[in-house]
Amino acid sequence: MVVWTDFETATIKDIFSKLDSEVVGPQALARCLIVYPWTQRYFAKFGNLYNAAAIMGNPMVAAHGKTVVQGLELAVKNMDNIKATYADLSVLHSEKLRVDPDNFKLLADCITIVVAAQMGAGFTPEVQAAFQKFLAVVISALGKQYH
Amino acid sequence: MGGTSDHRGHPLEMSLSAKDKALVRGFWAKIAPKADEIGNEAFSRLLHVYPQTKTYFSHWSDLKPGSPPVRKHGLKVVGGLSFAVDKIDDLIGGMLTLSELHAFQLRVDPANFKLLQHCIMVVLSMLFPNDFTAEVHLAMDKFLSRLALALSDKYR
Repeated sequence: MVVWTDFETATIKDIFSKLDSEVVGPQALARCLIVYPWTQRYFAKFGNLYNAAAIMGNPMVAAHGKTVVQGLELAVKNMDNIKATYADLSVLHSEKLRVDPDNFKLLADCITIVVAAQMGAGFTPEVQAAFQKFLAVVISALGKQYH
Repeated sequence: MGGTSDHRGHPLEMSLSAKDKALVRGFWAKIAPKADEIGNEAFSRLLHVYPQTKTYFSHWSDLKPGSPPVRKHGLKVVGGLSFAVDKIDDLIGGMLTLSELHAFQLRVDPANFKLLQHCIMVVLSMLFPNDFTAEVHLAMDKFLSRLALALSDKYR
């Protein structure tokens, strides 16, 4: 059972209430594909991923980025039971998509970096710690069904 | 610096292209005026977000973000980064003395380099959202990964 402090709960909900999923998701996924190019292997059907500009402008990348953030919003709504909430998503990522779980951390790092850019000075060390704890719980839940 | 399970050394030897070096040098020149703030923010975060890193500084009076000893050490860290940017054409050779320091005297577990690397990237993004483009992000990530490798070169 993950124990959230009041500060952590309030911080996570605050971040996601202000976060623009149209911006953060697409940018974070694009950065992941650019900075860690081996992750592109999971998106072979997304068309042109030839260079940074192509990736940033790719509509399928943008759409999937939004999907990822919507998945995070689901976790925010169910912070006390992320593991159970993500059971199906975990099976999807392990059995169907077969994503190496190391890549969850790479995308999480990119999400953190993009949120930091959005929040500026508001992304204090305390806020960063809360946000990274949340992402760590999400990553753990996503990896639960892997054998 | 870790094998195939280490995503930041994946693959272990990542050469910095001329474009990477130009991006790193150019970005660093732009952000140099805020070097002190970068050092403090990055190092404060390392200690706060990854509390296990406090173990190296247990002799300090105050480990809170922005405290005087933390700020002072942040200056040292960012000074080291500036030094490394200058040595970008030969990181292994250029970082030799610092590598020996970290390996034999400080005995910092190299896993911590990755943690500080992430904190630096977060701070750069936070302070320079428009300049920290995806291409700069990639170049800085490669540079810091190579720097971590150079710093751990003398470990064994």
